[in-house]
Amino acid sequence: MTPLINLLAAQAEVPEVIDRIPSGFSYFVIPFTVGIVFFLCWIGVGCVRLLRAVPRTDRLRLWKSLFIPKTAAKNIKELFCDCLFHVKIWQRKPLLGYMHSAIAFGWFMIIILGHIEVALFVPARLNVTRGGLFYPIFYRYFVWMNPGHTTLRGAFFFFLMDFFLLYILSGIALAVFKRFRSIVLGMRHTTKPSFADRVALYSLWMIFPLRLLAESFTADLSGGSFLTIPVNQFWHFLFGDKLWFMPCWWAYSICLGLFFAAMPFSRYMHILTEVLWILLRNAGIKPNHPRKGVAEAEIYACSSCGLCLDACPMNVQKKNLKFSSVYFIRFLRRHNEKKINAIADKCLMCDKCHALCPVGVDAPALRRAQRATVNNSLPYDYSYLGCPEGMVPEPIQTYSSNPEVLYFAGCMSHLTPRIIKSVEKIFKAAGVEYAFADRDGGICCGRPLMLAGKTDAAAATIAANKKMIQESGCSTLVLSCPICFKIFKEEYHLEGIKVVHYTQFINELIASGRLKVEKTDRKMVYHDPCELGRGCGVYLEPRAALSQVGTLVKASKEYDESICCGGSLGSLTLDTHDRAKISESSLDSLLVGKPETIVTACPLCLKTFSEAVSNAKYLTEPVQVKDFAEVVCEH
Amino acid sequence: MKNNILIIGGGPAGLEASAQLQRMGYNVILIERSAQLGGHLAKWDRLFPDRVPADEVLGGLIHATEGVKCFTDTDIRAINRLEKSYNVRLTNGITVLSDALLVASGFDLFNAVRKEEYGYGIYNQVMTNADLEAYFKTGRDKRIENPKKIGFVHCVGSRDEKSGCRSCSKVCCATAVKQAIEMKQAFPQADVFCFYMDLRLFGRHYEDLYLEAQKEYGVRFIRGRVAEVSENYDGTLLVKAEDTVASKPLKITLDLLVLMSGMRPSASVKELGEHLGMMVEEDGYFAVRSGIAAGQRSPQPGIFLAGAATGPKTLPETLADARAAAMEIDRYLTEIFPDARNYKQLVKERW
Amino acid sequence: MVDFGFGLVPSSRINLDLFDKEKYEELAAMEPDVRICMACGSCTAVCTAGKFVPTSLREAIEAIKNANPEKALQMLESCQFCGKCSMVCPRGINTRHLILSITKVYSQK
Repeated sequence: MTPLINLLAAQAEVPEVIDRIPSGFSYFVIPFTVGIVFFLCWIGVGCVRLLRAVPRTDRLRLWKSLFIPKTAAKNIKELFCDCLFHVKIWQRKPLLGYMHSAIAFGWFMIIILGHIEVALFVPARLNVTRGGLFYPIFYRYFVWMNPGHTTLRGAFFFFLMDFFLLYILSGIALAVFKRFRSIVLGMRHTTKPSFADRVALYSLWMIFPLRLLAESFTADLSGGSFLTIPVNQFWHFLFGDKLWFMPCWWAYSICLGLFFAAMPFSRYMHILTEVLWILLRNAGIKPNHPRKGVAEAEIYACSSCGLCLDACPMNVQKKNLKFSSVYFIRFLRRHNEKKINAIADKCLMCDKCHALCPVGVDAPALRRAQRATVNNSLPYDYSYLGCPEGMVPEPIQTYSSNPEVLYFAGCMSHLTPRIIKSVEKIFKAAGVEYAFADRDGGICCGRPLMLAGKTDAAAATIAANKKMIQESGCSTLVLSCPICFKIFKEEYHLEGIKVVHYTQFINELIASGRLKVEKTDRKMVYHDPCELGRGCGVYLEPRAALSQVGTLVKASKEYDESICCGGSLGSLTLDTHDRAKISESSLDSLLVGKPETIVTACPLCLKTFSEAVSNAKYLTEPVQVKDFAEVVCEH
Repeated sequence: MKNNILIIGGGPAGLEASAQLQRMGYNVILIERSAQLGGHLAKWDRLFPDRVPADEVLGGLIHATEGVKCFTDTDIRAINRLEKSYNVRLTNGITVLSDALLVASGFDLFNAVRKEEYGYGIYNQVMTNADLEAYFKTGRDKRIENPKKIGFVHCVGSRDEKSGCRSCSKVCCATAVKQAIEMKQAFPQADVFCFYMDLRLFGRHYEDLYLEAQKEYGVRFIRGRVAEVSENYDGTLLVKAEDTVASKPLKITLDLLVLMSGMRPSASVKELGEHLGMMVEEDGYFAVRSGIAAGQRSPQPGIFLAGAATGPKTLPETLADARAAAMEIDRYLTEIFPDARNYKQLVKERW
Repeated sequence: MVDFGFGLVPSSRINLDLFDKEKYEELAAMEPDVRICMACGSCTAVCTAGKFVPTSLREAIEAIKNANPEKALQMLESCQFCGKCSMVCPRGINTRHLILSITKVYSQK
């Protein structure tokens, strides 16, 4: 203990750190300073411009949200988890997650620790007029460690700085490796970097090795730890006493300057815009234009990491990779109207890129907004929906005097009669009193219109359906089509009426014992329809019910990673041939567990898979495609 | 020396070709994978355009094959190409050294379950053309109980990219008209409706059949494809189509809906193609050598094709095709095959 | 002028000389499927909107080819984009995009 006390006592008398250069300035800091000043100005102007473009009410909402404890806590959590630790990437691809968090968190810590060091040892230098902008960054250059007066505190910081530098370097090494062999880190496809991306990328790669070089050259003057000291000794061993460290510090500064100058035009802008996007998103502000206002924060939050390339069901064909979200956002940034429209129209809107996006960019919503800019103003005439004079609305067919449940089959289900027939059979078996809202065809739920960008038209069909449902007096609305389900749940606001998907309802019937089923050893695989799974978060209920009647096997991609069947209404321009390719890849994923039956819970998936299975020439063993209710019915 | 000829498929094409080749003096072996000779013809009641009983036609065909070695319930296990001939091992244990092969693998009827919107297998009152022929033969079908209104849907699984079949099946239009007449004869009080996209009554006397259906039986022809069928509470069917001539969507309640399932390549094509090393075209039928002049020659020397193995055909077309194949085989076995020294050269020139 | 005893009334005959090929090609470039309709009427038969008011993609395509784009637009203005027609079309026409494209091309003055 005595030496420690001695050391602490000594520190009070003799300074541990001495400002080596009294002016606190050297010419080599200029490149970095220019870069960072440019960057900060750009950011400042950008933020002000962006917030001005956001409507006043939304702006107010943002300020208010910062002070709501719940939202604030969520903000803090997401800022740490998403921006620094990249938890979302960790969860799916650990190595990739390590790489990102090493660079982001490591760098963050180095900056913070650098500032703390300055604050502790030479606090005067934090002042901007005395070099506060660059001094903490090049701290090791400007100071001289008083030999024999190093405290434990100082050594602790030396250790931390070296530790985080090593941490970052390991991340950089992985990043360089990933450029050449991305598959090892779990990525099949990577984005093509733009020019600014390349400048920023290469300077980023160089920054930290150069930092190690520069700091190790000066380590005998300004101190170091387990990494820099041995490297320093190695240099001495190689070059003797004379070390030319100035070129290293120059190169380090130039790389930093280049990086910050290129950053606003590169994918690395996401490091900061992501923060803004998280705040805006958590405040509940939604973009209503694909580029203006909030959307701008969203599109600049995209890190171009390319995880959406692997997520996109269209990636089965190389030619369709260019329609992925990452390129959509790139062209939004570049205002390339023609390409933006082409990409917006091609997408299947399966939402997988959104579900897997580490930054939470909702590219499908932006696409919808983009479609709306073109299609919403197209003329339409829905006056017939309001039941003009002389027309009498058809009464809903009921089979009981006081039905508890209203069943809405939806347009598509009328072309897949086995769904309707099975649902009705189940209702009867479980003794559910129900009314059939659209036995002879109803009107569309509005979701397909929304997907096509015809927002106003969708509102008209929603209003008409809402009236019909409210007048029916039922307490539960059961839907068999996930497309309908999503919009009924999200946009109809049916107060007092429970809106459920038939998978949920039937699962409830089985769980409560109203519906008796028989368990067999039939091997089944369940396909998560996009609109039901990722769209509404219903994953477990259908599986729970199906495991009561048979054995579920796994697909290679399921839950929120399930691959769209290819039949989606979302795409406006994808042709039948390309859709068939997607169906094939989705089938491949479903068939890995060698199931006898593929079960799905969407009329469109049912139809698409039925056709794909019948037309498939490569299938060796026959496989049935069945609807959820149909399978429950059979047991 | 009598050449061996193996004929694969005991339908009308296989039977007719065997009879012809047998008469020419060859040693003919006919194999059929099912238990019964005759293919689809054996399941049909009467044939358009004259409504002659299918049994009579089939009886005639089988009668003419006397002397042909027939193996039913027999399939191919393996085929080896020798220098000129083929060494074929059959599933019944017999091995045949065959100098020429004739593939007459025929067709399958389109599985109407696949057109789910028509409700076959889901609704009680929906049947196929084959089901109706079976009814005519046996007089029994629980779906047919004095129907008042009957609909025929043409082009089920034909001319339909979604079903993976772009082509016309050729026989369904005439079959529908024939069956419509037969239903009118069985149930004179019934109203019969035919929903068609195009009426393709191209053969001799087919148009007469159409005229008869209109004039004598009052069958109603509606130009529009049935696109949706739902079941009413009483079990009758609500059928929706567009009357494209009137330019109006229509709905009609029917007691019985008959789907005219089209022709699909036989399921055996895949296996057979692998054995023989023969390509199928995009439509799933075997490819003929090239152009219209080589109608019965396959791309492989010594292998010939006849009947619906190369696409939908009517019965007369199939029989003509089989006779042509017999002639081609005879030419090959007399002009090319015996010349051992120049065989390769001759194949190059004349195959 | 000579009095013929009757006034000039607009002809009800389709006049193919009035067919606007340039616009049609613009449409076909946007959605080539417009060329492949075989007029089976499946789309019209299943149409959700067609239950209420005359709505027909088949007729709209016909009308465009017969130099009557106004009628085509009228035939499609009630469309709800539900996609049933694309499910039943035997030619696999991308019906929803075709409807959008027709409206886009022919409603611009």
